[in-house]
Amino acid sequence: MSSSALIARALDPDGARWLAPAASRRPRPVLPGFGLSLGVTLVYLSLIVLVPLSAAFLKTAQMSWPAFVDAVTAPRVVASYRLTFGMSLAAALVNAVFGLIVAWVLVRYPFPGRRIADALVDLPFALPTAVAGIALTGLFAPNGWFGAPLAQAGIKVAFTPLGVFVALTFIGLPFVVRTVQPVLATLPRELEEAATTLGATGAQAFARVVFPVVLPALLTGFALAFARAIGEYGSVIFIAGNLPMISEITPLVIITKLEQYDYAGATAVAVVMLVVSFALLLAINLLQAWTRRRLGAQV
Amino acid sequence: MAAPSSRWVRRGLIATALAFLGAFLFVPLAFVFVEALRKGADVAWRAIADPDALAAIRLTLLAATIAVPLNLAFGVAAAWAIAKFRFPGRSVLTTLIDLPFSVSPVIAGLVFVLVFGMQGWLGPWLRDHDLKVVFAVPGIVLVTTFVTFPFVARELIPLMQAQGVEQEEAAAVLGAGGWQTFWRVTLPNVRWGLLYGVILCNARAMGEFGAVAVVSGHVRGETTTMPLHIEILYDEYQFAAAFAVASLLALLALVTLVLKYALERKVHEH
Repeated sequence: MSSSALIARALDPDGARWLAPAASRRPRPVLPGFGLSLGVTLVYLSLIVLVPLSAAFLKTAQMSWPAFVDAVTAPRVVASYRLTFGMSLAAALVNAVFGLIVAWVLVRYPFPGRRIADALVDLPFALPTAVAGIALTGLFAPNGWFGAPLAQAGIKVAFTPLGVFVALTFIGLPFVVRTVQPVLATLPRELEEAATTLGATGAQAFARVVFPVVLPALLTGFALAFARAIGEYGSVIFIAGNLPMISEITPLVIITKLEQYDYAGATAVAVVMLVVSFALLLAINLLQAWTRRRLGAQV
Repeated sequence: MAAPSSRWVRRGLIATALAFLGAFLFVPLAFVFVEALRKGADVAWRAIADPDALAAIRLTLLAATIAVPLNLAFGVAAAWAIAKFRFPGRSVLTTLIDLPFSVSPVIAGLVFVLVFGMQGWLGPWLRDHDLKVVFAVPGIVLVTTFVTFPFVARELIPLMQAQGVEQEEAAAVLGAGGWQTFWRVTLPNVRWGLLYGVILCNARAMGEFGAVAVVSGHVRGETTTMPLHIEILYDEYQFAAAFAVASLLALLALVTLVLKYALERKVHEH
């Protein structure tokens, strides 16, 4: 390191670099390009994301309050919320349980094919949703590989609300595994061993020692899977059946309204979804901060 | 030495995990290829070589070729500003960059219709100048850019934060210019993370369905991407053809997974 960089570090041990040296009496940043990079970032972010998203809120602001309430509480729309949120919740819960088991197995137990299983977990991120949609529909259709035996047992999956649940479970699968896995990997085995030595059973050691540490990450993964599921469209519409009031998800309601040139109605429902999504984003950020604190205390 | 009961617990957990991953991931993936080849390789090949399918492939490649470099350039700029400098509002900016991930693809399409559609802000102006954005190719490119917006930035920001600024400062003090420092010092340090972000960005760009479905005019052979072409074939009960085109995207997903897995090890080595 050069001498002036050393001096800069000595003057500024925590590495803080401020824009206005006069205001904070800190050294001017040595690196160039702050104005350019921040300018490009802000302009591009505004053009591609912020301005288009604000269009939804401005369009809705032009509606009268009663018209807005009518649009977002129509029975068909409310039925779609119930389906979308209910099935997203169910799928995220199933993913929380099985995702924890998968993460545990991938971190703790060596077995043949573990690397392939580990890589495959990301498939729902990589496989286009339309491809997932037609594959799941074919598998769970009454004559499909999974659908036929299920139909014999009297369970219809494809073209029912249960189909929505299957698709949402698929697309939410990586979230819990990928948030819990790194936390489990940092958890020393000695902790459980100590608990077992002190007389705890395996289940007790898990419940008292492992579970409290992974809980924030588990909740984060659950919230991420839920947030992804409520907006999902491509993997669901093929398998859902899309019957109004029964198996019609909210994103499809928005598309249907758009196709009927009901732009105000479509946007009103979209704003409801956006507000829920932003609230979830905030919750996820808080959960992630909690996870980091929990991990910081651990290590 | 593990007690017999814990050995059975272990086997039970491994079996549960593999059954879950098998049923939800492996079987659907295998099913795509089985269905694509059900009526023979020549039927699959004809579905892919069909002029409309080829046009869809070209449009998908075009959208990715524009969206990915744009988001790459943005990601590098955002990471440089956020990771190398401190300024008020930095964490808010990071959250805003992630925003497109929490927006439903359908809503992403909708907001661009609100801006560029006939009823939208720019609709009348665009009509007067004989330009078409939504229900045409530019709209597809725009929504693809929106949904893939955060990928490169969110990989690079934590990576460049972890690497700090000492190396760049040393280069600058030794007389290197800004661009020289970036090309010679920063870029080599983050190249694997950058590639990782680009690969995920590309997979999403080529596979996006919901957002593109809203702004596409659904004109076969003109404004249909590969996922939309699959939907058309599927709705026409041409299942073998739909799965044949889908198998191309499934191959892309497999390549993405392999590269992702390989790159994760590279990134962790650094």
